[in-house]
Amino acid sequence: MSDTAEARPWSPSPLALERAAFRRAQRRRSGLVALVSTALVVTAVVLVVVGAPGWERARTAFFDPENAWAALPAILEGLWLNLRVWVIAGTVGTLLGLGLAILRTSRIPALFPVRALAIGYIDLFRGVPVLLVLYLVGFALPALRLEWLPTSSAFLGALAIVLTYTAYLAEVFRAGIESVHPSQVAAARSLGLSRAQSMRTVVLPQAVRNVTAPLANNLISLQKDSGLISVLGAVDAIRAAQIATTGTYNFTPYVVAGLLFFLVSFPLTRAVDAYQRRRGWGRSLATVTGGGDIR
Amino acid sequence: MTALLSLRGVRKTYPAPAAARSRVREQARVVLDDIDLDVDRHRCVVLIGASGSGKSTLLRVVNLLDEIDDGQILLDGQDVADPRLDANAVRARMGMVFQAYNLFPHMRVLDNVTLALRLVHRRPREEADAAAVEMLRRVGLAHKATAYPDQLSGGEQQRAAIARALVHGPELLLLDEVTSALDPELVGEVLDLLAELRGEGRTMLVATHEMGFARRVADEVCYLHDGQVHERGTPEQVLGDPQRERTRAFLSRLAS
Ligand SMILES: Nc1ncnc2c1ncn2[C@@H]1O[C@H](COP(=O)(O)OP(=O)(O)OP(=O)(O)O)[C@@H](O)[C@H]1O
Ligand SMILES: [Mg+2]
Repeated sequence: MSDTAEARPWSPSPLALERAAFRRAQRRRSGLVALVSTALVVTAVVLVVVGAPGWERARTAFFDPENAWAALPAILEGLWLNLRVWVIAGTVGTLLGLGLAILRTSRIPALFPVRALAIGYIDLFRGVPVLLVLYLVGFALPALRLEWLPTSSAFLGALAIVLTYTAYLAEVFRAGIESVHPSQVAAARSLGLSRAQSMRTVVLPQAVRNVTAPLANNLISLQKDSGLISVLGAVDAIRAAQIATTGTYNFTPYVVAGLLFFLVSFPLTRAVDAYQRRRGWGRSLATVTGGGDIR
Repeated sequence: MTALLSLRGVRKTYPAPAAARSRVREQARVVLDDIDLDVDRHRCVVLIGASGSGKSTLLRVVNLLDEIDDGQILLDGQDVADPRLDANAVRARMGMVFQAYNLFPHMRVLDNVTLALRLVHRRPREEADAAAVEMLRRVGLAHKATAYPDQLSGGEQQRAAIARALVHGPELLLLDEVTSALDPELVGEVLDLLAELRGEGRTMLVATHEMGFARRVADEVCYLHDGQVHERGTPEQVLGDPQRERTRAFLSRLAS
C-alpha cells in the first residue's frame, strides 16, 4: 500500500520569508519584554527587602556568612543522614506503594484478607499526621522491648516515614491505574494476554507515566519530611542547625539547611522533567497527530 | 461439518444507567435478544444495523470481553461462554479490531503488533519482529513501524490495529468498522487483504456501516434490529431485495 513519495524540492516563497522574519522579530520582542519585566520585579523586591527598617538586623541574624561557614560541616553531616533516609524510605515506600496498589486490583480470592488489610492500612495512615506516626513509632515501639528491632532513632524515624509514605504512594499509583481507560485492558485481553500480563505491559507503564508528576511531588515531600526524624533525636540537618543556633540568637544555620534541602530536591524535579522528555512522554503537542503548534 | 462459530440464544443486557433522583426503576436494556448465528469456516459474515443496534456488543461477547446473560457461544462446537474454560486461550485464537482501534499509546507500532506474539505465543523477539514487519508491510505501514500511535493519521492507526489483530494468525477475525477511516483506495486494498486472508482459511465476522464493503466481502449479511437478527441472507438478497419492512427502511435511509 501507500508509502511516502520522494518530496519535491522547495525553496520558501517571499510570503514565507516575510512571515518567518515577522516571527523572528516577534520572538526577539518577547525576549526583550521578558527581560525588562524580570529586571523590574527583581529591583522592586530588592528595594522592599533592603529598604525595610529591620533589614540590617535581619541580615546579620539570618545571612551571616561567618556563622554559615562555621555551621556548615555539622549541617552537611546531618544532611547525609537525611539523604540516606530519603533514598531508602523513598525506594521502599515506592515499591511497597506500587505493590499495594496492584494488590488492590487483584482478584485472587486467597488474597482477600491481605487486600482488606491493605485498604485499612492506607485509609489509616493517610489520615494520621506524620509527626504523630513518628512519635508513636519512635517512642511506643521501643517500649515493647523487641530484641530484634533496632532502636536507633534514625531507623525508627525512617520506619515511620516509610509507613506514612507507602500509604500516600499507594494512592498515587492507584489513581494512575484507574486513569488507564478500560478499552486498553480490553485490547490487551483480546490478544490473549492474562490479567497479570496486561497489568504489567499495558496498564502499569501508562499508569506510571500518568502519575510521574504527583509521584515526584511525593518523593520531594518525603525528602523534606525526612527532616522530621529530628524530633526523635536523630541528628539530621535540621537538628544540626538547631544545635548550632543554640545560645547565639543567630538563625543563619536554618537558612543554610533550607538552602541545602532545596539544592537536593531541585535537581530531582528537573531530572524527572528531563526523563519524561527523553522517553518521549512530554512530547510537545506539535509532534502528535491532532495536536499542533497553536498560535 | 460444524460451523467455526455458532451463537445459540445469546442474550446480553446492560443495566439501566442509574438515574440520580428518579424514582422510576428503569428496566435493564436488552442489547442482544436471543441471537442465533452461524459463521462457517472460510466464510465472511457481515453485521449491519443502525447505530446502537448491538454490532460491537456482539463482537465483544464473542471475543469474551463481556459476559452474556444467557445462551451459548460455540467455537468449534465447544461452548466458550462456559466460565470453567480458560478464556485467555480462547481469545488467543481470535483477532479483534476495535471500532476505536485501542492501540497501546506507550508502545511503538511495531511493539503493538509483536506484543501478543511475544507474550502469548512465546515467539523469540527477532521472529516476532520479522512477522510484524511483514504484516505491517501488507497493510502498507512498514515505514511507520517505529512511530508511536499518536503520530499516525486515523487511517494509519486503523491499519496498525488490523496488523495487530492479524499477526498471530487467528482462526476467527472480529472486525469492527475496519474501514471507517480509510479512503476508497485503501478500502479496496483492505478488502483485497481480507479476501487474501479468507483464501488462507480465515473466518470473519465483520460489523460495518458501509454497504459497498458488505456487498463486496460478505457471504452472508445479517441485519440487526432491536437486539435481534431481523433479516439475513446473501448480500444480493438482503441489500438488493430486502423482504422485511424495517430492513427496507434502514437501507433506503442509507441510500438517500
Ligand atoms: N458497557 C455498557 N454499558 C451500558 N450500555 C452499553 C455498554 N456497551 C454498550 N451499551 C449499549 O448497548 C447498545 C449497543 O451498543 P453497540 O456498541 O453494540 O452498538 P453498535 O451497533 O456497535 O453501534 P455503532 O454502529 O454506533 O458502533 C448501545 O445502546 C449502547 O449504549
Ligand atoms: Mg459499534
